[in-house]
Amino acid sequence: MLKLEKRPTPSTFWQYGTPVVAVLLTMVAGGLLFAALGKDPFAVIRTIFWDPVFGEFAFYLRGQLLVKAGPLILIAIGLALGFRAGIWNIGAEGQYIIGAVIGASVGLAAYPTESRWIFPAMILGGAFGGWLWAMIPAILKTRFNTNEILVSLMLVYVAETILAKAATGFLRNPDGAGFPGSRSFSSYKAASNPEIFAGSGLHWGGVAALVTAVLAYILLERHRLGFQIKLAGQAPRAARFHGVNPARLVVFCMGLSGALAGLAGIFEVSGPAGQISIDFNQGYGFTAIIVAFLGRLNPIGIVFAGLLMALTYVGGEMAATNLGLPSAAVQVFQGMLLFFLLGVDVLTNYRIRFFWGMK
Amino acid sequence: MNRRTLLASAALGLGLTLAGGAQAAGMDHVKACFVYVGPIGDGGYTYQHDQGRLALEKALGDKVETAYQESVPEGADAERVLTQMALSGCNIIFTTSFGYMDATNNVAAKFPNVMFEHATGYKREHPNVSTYNARFYEGRTVQGTIAGMVTKSNKIGYIGSFPIPEVIMGINAYYLAAKKVNPDVELSVIWAYTWFDPAKEADAAKAMIEQGVDVVAQHTDSTAPLAEAAKTGGKVIGFGQASDMAAYKPTPRVTSTIDNWGPYYIKRVQALLDGTYEQVDSWEGIASGEVEIGEITDALPPDVKAAAEKVRDEIASGALHSFTGPINKQDGSVWLTEGQTAPDGDLLSMNFYVEGIKGDIPQ
Repeated sequence: MLKLEKRPTPSTFWQYGTPVVAVLLTMVAGGLLFAALGKDPFAVIRTIFWDPVFGEFAFYLRGQLLVKAGPLILIAIGLALGFRAGIWNIGAEGQYIIGAVIGASVGLAAYPTESRWIFPAMILGGAFGGWLWAMIPAILKTRFNTNEILVSLMLVYVAETILAKAATGFLRNPDGAGFPGSRSFSSYKAASNPEIFAGSGLHWGGVAALVTAVLAYILLERHRLGFQIKLAGQAPRAARFHGVNPARLVVFCMGLSGALAGLAGIFEVSGPAGQISIDFNQGYGFTAIIVAFLGRLNPIGIVFAGLLMALTYVGGEMAATNLGLPSAAVQVFQGMLLFFLLGVDVLTNYRIRFFWGMK
Repeated sequence: MNRRTLLASAALGLGLTLAGGAQAAGMDHVKACFVYVGPIGDGGYTYQHDQGRLALEKALGDKVETAYQESVPEGADAERVLTQMALSGCNIIFTTSFGYMDATNNVAAKFPNVMFEHATGYKREHPNVSTYNARFYEGRTVQGTIAGMVTKSNKIGYIGSFPIPEVIMGINAYYLAAKKVNPDVELSVIWAYTWFDPAKEADAAKAMIEQGVDVVAQHTDSTAPLAEAAKTGGKVIGFGQASDMAAYKPTPRVTSTIDNWGPYYIKRVQALLDGTYEQVDSWEGIASGEVEIGEITDALPPDVKAAAEKVRDEIASGALHSFTGPINKQDGSVWLTEGQTAPDGDLLSMNFYVEGIKGDIPQ
């Protein structure tokens, strides 16, 4: 029989071993799934994990990994800081949308002026938009003790409606013959966020993601505020004795994660996406939750987790096109990753005891 | 020059301007690739495109090889999928949703020797980009005729997806046809802001039925509105959208507008094989078979069925145009004068309701 026994202290080995084991288990279970679909499991796994980095078209796909990973990392770092403190912002998708809408509005308001200040102003607008949207659940929580999980999640749907309104109404391209969608940022130099080196896939959002990872690491390891965040999550009572103000921490963590999500939104809309459209958001805000946990809520871990997640997207697309895999199978595969991660995570805090007979 | 350096040089901005005419020599074998916005299992829009792909395989046999990808989000992801397809040797790529418009043109710029065919869009920025669409509004005229004749409450409904010209022209055609046979008819429109979301579509249908609407047309792709209509025990009817939706025959689905892309796909790939391929802006309708009117069932009274068939046949023969003047805009200003038919340009950029429709297009 099996029994779970709580460890006196979390296992350091499993804390870092979990993601690796989860990835391996996902490959095995995914392989079985692909085999059941009549595909060669080894070919599929190789297409997903190997080809984008080392295959024939890696010169193009490596850059695409950065395009895909950038927003995931940026959002996940903000979320992780909150999660560390026990503050559950589930609505990053909404903050991402509002950041994009406000940032894009700033840029389009200046159209067709060419000035080097437009893009920085858009970035500020994006961060502000995300921050603003996150302040709603933050203030409702600190003032009325509402549940930030529900409020932030519900606000995603409100944000989607605002996005649809923006694309068909106040941001619609006046020269677009009535079609929804804003002006294209790629043809408006001052407001566009192109690749920094052609073909590299790296735009300012990717740079921001990497810089943020380093700053967040320093914050957590070297700064008083980081200590307070960790303490609030691990021992809320002790934190209070230590002089941590819970309300201020909620406002700080929600605001920061919102601002980072908003930044991801403005970099995406001015870069890879190119315009505000009705379905501009592609779920980065939700996938970032997986990335945050996959990266152990650690900023450096999140960078790797973001790249890995991007790999399953880019590789999954390759597998879908070249091997005729249904898109649903790729989504199941990504879901497995979180499933196994959470499953194996039990081993960090518990150990398994085998014993015979009844107890 | 291999594909790799081709892309690299294009990306460096050296830009190769080889025209699409490079295909004039013809080919022995064509790899045709398809990008779908939804899952093939949607039973509607994407399903019909995939039926077109299968028809292409069947018609051209081993001269053609096909590949496809489902559920590709519009935007940056589409651009990557298109680039992957072009890199992996597709000769012609069909991008089957409006939202792929910019991605299609951007990638086409980098691969001048790959032909791109974009469905329902209007941008052809490079010689290797063609656009194709079908005159679905012709099907709406048939549906509107039925709706106007059978409604008892004089309230008919339309589930809109997004307020884009494609959908607005469908709403206008539906209303004009209904009003022609029943001047008292009133139209209500609900915007679902989705192409495919069974729950949202069912809610929209439910809301209309509760308001007394007894004919529900849909511009969304799932069968959920028909399922709602079926619950009323024959009081409410609807129409198959994009695919036949035959499971709901003979009622509530009394007829359907079927997207039949096969003939177009075969024609284009054949042209590529023959070396006669040229950039086009194709917009065909009932006459050439791209828009197919599904069986009009006997659940309708015989006179209604006969009237609907007459409209269908007159559109096919060219005797009837869905938008024939006099037609005023909603604000009362004149759009078409007596006997004038709508120019395609007006339809493709349509952003107004015709006179008589209540409510506003979301702005």
